[in-house]
Amino acid sequence: MCLAVPGRIVSIAEAAPLMRVGKVDFGGVAREVNLAYVPEAVVGDYVLVHVGFALSLIDEAEAQRVFGYLQEIEEIEAVNGAKEAP
Amino acid sequence: MKFVEEYRDGRVAAHYAALLARSVTRPWTVMEVCGGQTHAIVRFGIDQLLPEGVTLAHGPGCPVCVTPVEMIDKAIEIAATDRAILCSFGDMLRVPGSSRDLLAVKARGGDVRIVYSPLDALQVARENPQREVVFFAVGFETTAPANAMAAYQAKRAGLANFSLLVSQVLVPPAIESILAAPGNRVQAFLAAGHVCAVMGIDAYQPLVRRYRLPIVVTGFEPLDILQGVAMCVRQLERGEARLENQYSRVVRRAGNAPAQALIREVFEVIPRRWRGIGEIPASGLGLSAAYAEYDAERRFGTARPRAEEQSECIAGLVLQGARKPPDCPAFGTRCTPEHPLGVTMVSSEGACAAYHRYRRPVTESA
Repeated sequence: MCLAVPGRIVSIAEAAPLMRVGKVDFGGVAREVNLAYVPEAVVGDYVLVHVGFALSLIDEAEAQRVFGYLQEIEEIEAVNGAKEAP
Repeated sequence: MKFVEEYRDGRVAAHYAALLARSVTRPWTVMEVCGGQTHAIVRFGIDQLLPEGVTLAHGPGCPVCVTPVEMIDKAIEIAATDRAILCSFGDMLRVPGSSRDLLAVKARGGDVRIVYSPLDALQVARENPQREVVFFAVGFETTAPANAMAAYQAKRAGLANFSLLVSQVLVPPAIESILAAPGNRVQAFLAAGHVCAVMGIDAYQPLVRRYRLPIVVTGFEPLDILQGVAMCVRQLERGEARLENQYSRVVRRAGNAPAQALIREVFEVIPRRWRGIGEIPASGLGLSAAYAEYDAERRFGTARPRAEEQSECIAGLVLQGARKPPDCPAFGTRCTPEHPLGVTMVSSEGACAAYHRYRRPVTESA
């Protein structure tokens, strides 16, 4: 039920702030999405969509952290390992 | 699809598994709260990648599963009413009420319509001014902004033939009820990322302090879940208890301010009954006084709690992470998705349905 899908905004129809809608592309399928909750979103942004509503903008820089984390921990382990070595 | 496939990379997953294997020195139990995460864990075999000592307990985060039976019965009663149209998310239709389900009412001529969004229900109301249109507004915090918007737009448009049958529940009180239960085994939580995208993460800080345990806000893809577990285990092994955010590409500390503002306008916090669990104080949302006229229970009568159904089904224990689906003697035999004894076998996010779909005929002990 809390399933939400990332998609890219391809157009926005300006309206009153709480009535804002746009077209969002989900890997080739475009759907109308309510954009009332992402007032800062512009065309080209990726948003996370749940039951027809964009709930959050996806931060492209933060999106890499899941890959960087392993390296971070490995570096910490290497330093600790060096400290513990006789 | 961007922001999906890259988080399913098997090589990176293997790195996470190796990291976990070398960092675990003792057994740990981590609970994922959300049914969507449970589904991903079972589907992708994430639990099988973890070192032996790390156990994932599945939590109560399936809104379909915890909607109390009296609300299902009320929805059924409304759907069977002549002038009414009941609009619902599709996965509510096969949820057993005390004597039948919505699908049975639909089969006998009840006007039950499956919608993708609450705004679709609003459209049904506009197109059928002579009929009473009721939207079955279930969900956690993730769905509250959508349900709130339906109420807001109905009021703004003066749509008098539209109302909501509300069964909205909240995650932090459910976590607290698990932690406060005698015999609790859960030592860390993966908090549901999409709930936090709406509400922010600060509501979990008091739980971290009071119960001294790690809570990591976590996403839904395999690598998200593996990283969330790795972050929990790292804290546990170091004796730490902090609130961390694994899902920072989506979740901001303060959550979504415009969504929270509309939720506060349309709803108020109330006690709610959870199917299989019981009443939890301040664990749900009901319509606020300003929106009371859009409350379907005002138009069709209040849903009255009744005794919990008696059966061999252990859904309540499964929902609280105390038992796993294969522990149930009826699992896969007397209870299947086609003939479910309990809701956890019905909902696509229920733990029993996930095990039934992805873990048969290979049982857990195999």
